[in-house]
Amino acid sequence: IHFVLLISRQGKVRLTKWYSPYSQKERAKVIRELSGLILTRGPKLCNFVEWRGLKVVYKRYASLYFCMCINQGDNELEVLEIIHHFVEILDRYFGSVCELDLIFNFHKAYYILDELLIAGELQESSKKTVARLIAAQDSLVEAAKEQASSISNMIAQAAK
Amino acid sequence: MNPFSSGTRLRDMIRAIRACKTAAEERGVVRKECAAIRAAVSENDQEYRHRNLAKLMFIHMLGYPTHFGQMECLKLIASAGFPEKRIGYLGLMLLLDERQEVLMLVTNSLKQDLNHTNQYIVGLALCALGNICSAEMARDLAPEVERLLQFRDPNIRKKAALCSIRIIKKVPDLAENFTNPAASLLKEKHHGVLITGLQLCTDLCKASEEALEYFRKKCTEGVVKVLKDIANSPYAPEYDISGITDPFLHIRLLRFLRILGQGDADASDCMNDILAQVATKTESNKNAGNAILYECVETIMSIEDNSGLRVLAINILGRFLSNRDNNIRYVALNMLMKAITVDTQAVQRHRATILECVKDSDASIRKRALELVFLLVNDSNVKPLTKELIEYLEVSDQEFKGDLTAKICSIVEKFSTDKIWYIDQMLKVLSEAGNFVKDEVWHALIVVISNASNLHGYTVRSLCKAVQTSGEQESLVRVAVWCIGEYGEMLVNSTGMLDIEEPITVTESDAVDVIEIAIKRHTSDLTTRAMCLSALLKLSSRFPACSQRIKDIIIQYKGSLVLELQQRSIEFNSIIEKHHNIRSLLVERMPVLDEATYNGRRAGSLPGTASASNGAALNLPNGVAKPPAAPLVDLLDLSSDDVPTPSPSGGDFLQDLLGVDLSPASSQSGTIQAQKSGTDVLLDLLSIGTPPARSSSSTSDILSSIQDNKTSSGTLERLSSPSALSAQSSSPAGGSPIMDLLDGFAPNLATQENNGPSYPSIVAFESSSLKLMFNFSKSPGNPQATTIQATFTNKSTNIFTDFIFQAAVPKFLQLHLDPASSNTLPASGNESITQDLRVTNSQHGKKSLVMRIRIAYKANSKDVLEEGQINNFPRGL
Repeated sequence: IHFVLLISRQGKVRLTKWYSPYSQKERAKVIRELSGLILTRGPKLCNFVEWRGLKVVYKRYASLYFCMCINQGDNELEVLEIIHHFVEILDRYFGSVCELDLIFNFHKAYYILDELLIAGELQESSKKTVARLIAAQDSLVEAAKEQASSISNMIAQAAK
Repeated sequence: MNPFSSGTRLRDMIRAIRACKTAAEERGVVRKECAAIRAAVSENDQEYRHRNLAKLMFIHMLGYPTHFGQMECLKLIASAGFPEKRIGYLGLMLLLDERQEVLMLVTNSLKQDLNHTNQYIVGLALCALGNICSAEMARDLAPEVERLLQFRDPNIRKKAALCSIRIIKKVPDLAENFTNPAASLLKEKHHGVLITGLQLCTDLCKASEEALEYFRKKCTEGVVKVLKDIANSPYAPEYDISGITDPFLHIRLLRFLRILGQGDADASDCMNDILAQVATKTESNKNAGNAILYECVETIMSIEDNSGLRVLAINILGRFLSNRDNNIRYVALNMLMKAITVDTQAVQRHRATILECVKDSDASIRKRALELVFLLVNDSNVKPLTKELIEYLEVSDQEFKGDLTAKICSIVEKFSTDKIWYIDQMLKVLSEAGNFVKDEVWHALIVVISNASNLHGYTVRSLCKAVQTSGEQESLVRVAVWCIGEYGEMLVNSTGMLDIEEPITVTESDAVDVIEIAIKRHTSDLTTRAMCLSALLKLSSRFPACSQRIKDIIIQYKGSLVLELQQRSIEFNSIIEKHHNIRSLLVERMPVLDEATYNGRRAGSLPGTASASNGAALNLPNGVAKPPAAPLVDLLDLSSDDVPTPSPSGGDFLQDLLGVDLSPASSQSGTIQAQKSGTDVLLDLLSIGTPPARSSSSTSDILSSIQDNKTSSGTLERLSSPSALSAQSSSPAGGSPIMDLLDGFAPNLATQENNGPSYPSIVAFESSSLKLMFNFSKSPGNPQATTIQATFTNKSTNIFTDFIFQAAVPKFLQLHLDPASSNTLPASGNESITQDLRVTNSQHGKKSLVMRIRIAYKANSKDVLEEGQINNFPRGL
């Protein structure tokens, strides 16, 4: 997988992840080209678009298009499955995910994607494992926050 | 405390941005936030660093520049806590890419984190490394990653495996270090580790032949067993996707088996049973199952031959192709393209279905299907297939027409057996979608038309008819205009009628009408208009009755704002007005275009090079008494000796011929042009009123030699590039015999070896009426120079008068011709003409001599012209 894009129906970018080197300019261009290409496609058409010698597999969930760019020789049907896998994990994590969840918690969406894909390759086929790993890391963050706030409380009390 | 850093929370900023109604408002909010973050950065604010970075990431996603946040990522990564590191690594992956030098600074932090006691921090570091590492980092950190492949927690092992993939992609030499640990990952039970381990092994096999051999020997059976277990495993809720246990693992196993089985009969044998089982037992009503079947078919097609399995696979594809789901049909088409090399017959059986897919409403499917049809075409089915495609062309979408015409044209070119069919099909395409046809295509068509002398009349009449109905198709109009210019009289006299043709009556003024309409059409571009003017000039001599009218049309462009048109108009007008005596010679029909040269040029063409700025090809010095009294058509293309860069594009070709300056782009290509060839120089020298000559010794020499020969008024026509071997003749007498003779002679003569300092004489050229011998001598002190004595003998029974010999050589040679002994050659070999040529080979010892010649004379008071290329010079000259 060369990159992952989440684009809203209005063409706004909700998440981008690049596994192959594209400069900032190229990235903007790619996004422009692809949103023009994908958002205009009708609902009954196939989920694959050929683009610059590569293929983009996309799937629409509610108002969001999930796109992944792959090589000519890769298995398009599997990538559709990966997209679905990702969506299901997001859904479980946020509890019936919607676009707003992904906007306000975009960093969480990235964390989840990082547990699913590394270097553009699938990392984990079990939704449960991904959920567990994310939960463990979230609790680490919570613990650190609590610790920080209790320290600052102590400092505040000492200061009185 | 810094007044800015207490600013908004991330959530509030996102809200504020979303509340913006206009882009300008949004830019304002972002600018304010960025200013605050910059201030915080320069204050080295600790407390809100991670919040600021999170904001920056959001801003980055909106497409604003965020480079000033890069150092913040590094600082966060270097801090101790997990939350800071987590957001720092995320920022690193988002804001930086592997080409930024800042990235090198993070190597040390990464190294520490890879050795951290907290496994989640190790995981973060691996993830970042896997996503953005550069070659240098890969080298530095490979030992750490290798060690982590054996980490106790499987979740780290799987991350390390994927990280290794990135490392060996960046530095393939490291592959051997990873081979052993990767093999041990394949024995694991954890699906994540298995999936990533398989992926790593697959990539290792691509990177190193040794790894492939190793895995083939050690792992084939194990992988087959894993696939067997997973295919037969009972319901496993954790990995189940629509009734199939872990399709992702299935697919990776199949993919790895494909690599192992390719080109190895034993390994292929080992996996036959399980492949058959997967191919027959997998449910095909859900996407996951189809994804596995698709991968399985690909594996079956790639491993060593097993006919039973192949039948199975082709059947699956047949089922896919008739599926209602567009995705499935798309992958079926995709896979059939690969299958075609394995079993063409089986794919041909689905031809009708595939042809239907070309007409699908889905662009992706159409495109795939079209490519597949292109591969399916062969000599036996080309005619019905082309017919179908051309019929479809009439109704297809605008945006698909480009692809479709390109494919049809290349099919027609590739498989055309007879010229009339080719011309017919091309005319259909041009009438239907002429605006989508690339320039090379209609250029090639003109070359073919020019070579099909028996079809000239038929073609020009068909074109005339077609252009009446499809005058809006630019390239059709161009071809039509060119043909009317060349073969206008055939249009009017209905010469060369074919049986299949319906007779039409076209008067001379009708023919002029066609061109006048074309030149006045507002959509016509410069090329078309310029071609129209040339055609009109030609017609003015072919149809003397219309001469005045043509002159009137030409005169209208005297004031054209386009320099090219203006110049042509003025020049042509003066030809018509003042040079009656030479006009008919000047606008003679073009010599037959050399297909071999054209194809060669096309093959070696550089895209984007524009034409030569030789619009003044027919330039005439007004009132100056040195008119070139013959068509000065194409030029000496001397540039195509072994210098690769300046090879002219196919596009030049016709423009050269027609003297059309194609586009404004030619000014940009001036640099290419300058080195391209000396051909322009020749033109420049012969014509007055064009820019000063760029000096080029070789062509100047040729020119002077020509003048020595008093042939400056002779016909200087195409002398094609030395790479084209076939001789050609534009004289009606004996064109093809010459070719045959040359073909027969060249190999024999080329084998003659020279065994001493003296070089054997060669028969340089021989036709039915003429023989040319070359004797060589070298002056001792100067190995580069050779003196050639040419001896011409007349084999026919007619006396030859006005005998003129011309020669041209590539740039690395210099040629000087001495005057000939006579310009009259008595009949039957009674006497001969001799002429000395002095050649200097600047690449002596590296390249042999090569020469193009042309001989013009009068026999029986008829002009005869013979041409040829000499490449049987003895070596070492």
